[in-house]
Amino acid sequence: MALTGVLRPGFVQVRVLDMQAAIDHYTKRIGLHEVMTGEDGRVYLKSGDEFDHHSVILRKADHAGSDLMSFKVASEADLDSFEKRIVAYGYPVDHVPAGEQPGIGRRIGFTTASGHRFELYAHAEFSEPKPLIHNPDVWSVEPHGMGARRFDHALFYGPNVDENLDFFEKVLDFRCAERLDTPDGLLAIWLSCGMKAHDVAFVKHPEPSKTHHVSFELESWADVGHAADIITCYDISRDVGPTRHGITRGQTIYFFDPSGNRNEVFAGGYTYYPDSPTRTWDHTEIGKAIFYYERQLNEAFLSVVT
Amino acid sequence: MPAPYKITVENAGEATCYENERVLVALERAQGFGRLKNLPRKLPVGCRRGGCGVCRARVLSGNYRTDPMSRAHVSEADEAVGLVLSCAIYALGDLSLRLEAPQPHKQTPNIT
Ligand code: FES
Ligand SMILES: [Fe+2]
Repeated sequence: MALTGVLRPGFVQVRVLDMQAAIDHYTKRIGLHEVMTGEDGRVYLKSGDEFDHHSVILRKADHAGSDLMSFKVASEADLDSFEKRIVAYGYPVDHVPAGEQPGIGRRIGFTTASGHRFELYAHAEFSEPKPLIHNPDVWSVEPHGMGARRFDHALFYGPNVDENLDFFEKVLDFRCAERLDTPDGLLAIWLSCGMKAHDVAFVKHPEPSKTHHVSFELESWADVGHAADIITCYDISRDVGPTRHGITRGQTIYFFDPSGNRNEVFAGGYTYYPDSPTRTWDHTEIGKAIFYYERQLNEAFLSVVT
Repeated sequence: MPAPYKITVENAGEATCYENERVLVALERAQGFGRLKNLPRKLPVGCRRGGCGVCRARVLSGNYRTDPMSRAHVSEADEAVGLVLSCAIYALGDLSLRLEAPQPHKQTPNIT
């Protein structure tokens, strides 16, 4: 079997200031579907191309950002073995019972040295809409909005990126697909648990537990252009792009949700194999690394987070 | 008083702000036209949606309405004394405001 242990990103819980505006943005514009609203008011969303119950949770709060990101693991036994390894590394582990989020089994949670909460779980129920599996047409429900196919990854900002790298490699069996070094040390890492160029990334930042962006995958570069049309037509706040990242090679556009959380939609990126060497960038080409066509960072890349 | 309204940025210049337009967006346009010549630094523009906090400003005079603003950047006490996120306010008349320095921990790390 190719993939064991941590399979892929599962879900991200995003804090929003105005729930209805957030629902409209993530469903009508990004193209997700509303699965349900929980008893505590959290709203559960998914792409029509995802099987599992949900991949985005919206929680009303008085400040923006994200609460947590989760990864799905292959089995219940993996949950137990990862718990032992995380505790042995020195991080406390807590337990979230099945059903705390509808459709999701028991979870274990921990906080990284960058101040971010991550969770692992092994079980998720399916929900509608989902991909067809017998004589499958390309979709069961016609894509809408930007046509997001999945919650793909997130980029987080915080201190101790070196320790995060060590932890994700040693404890969760991730690999470092790309890294960005400066004379002051490691600035950023892009980590893969499977065969995508990244599943989670971190940039060094003085303030812990910050979120830079939550990213959704699109089918093609043409879809990125269509997303840009939607962004202008519906007066969504654009950050940068359409452009390409040197790192991962993804074709991308950055924009903001109605609460000021940065979103990305992107297409492409290379396939990462477990035996691929780590690609490295240094401070002399940092512009090209992040925005391949502009070849310079915009002011917001390092300073605007939630 | 009918829109457009005049936004005066202390020691920097003036902007024209239309009805239902975010004040920060009016300032961006004015900067593009060279009307905010004396800003001490580039106009800080982030999310334009009241989440990231980079556009903090103090309203010195004038009436405005607000969208929700992240409480991580503007507390209720701040709001009571006219501290706002300029992307999340809309002028209801002429305004005068002062751009606030970014909070210390929000400053961009130096990477070169
Ligand atoms: S630009 Fe982000 S809060 Fe105004
Ligand atoms: Fe990304």
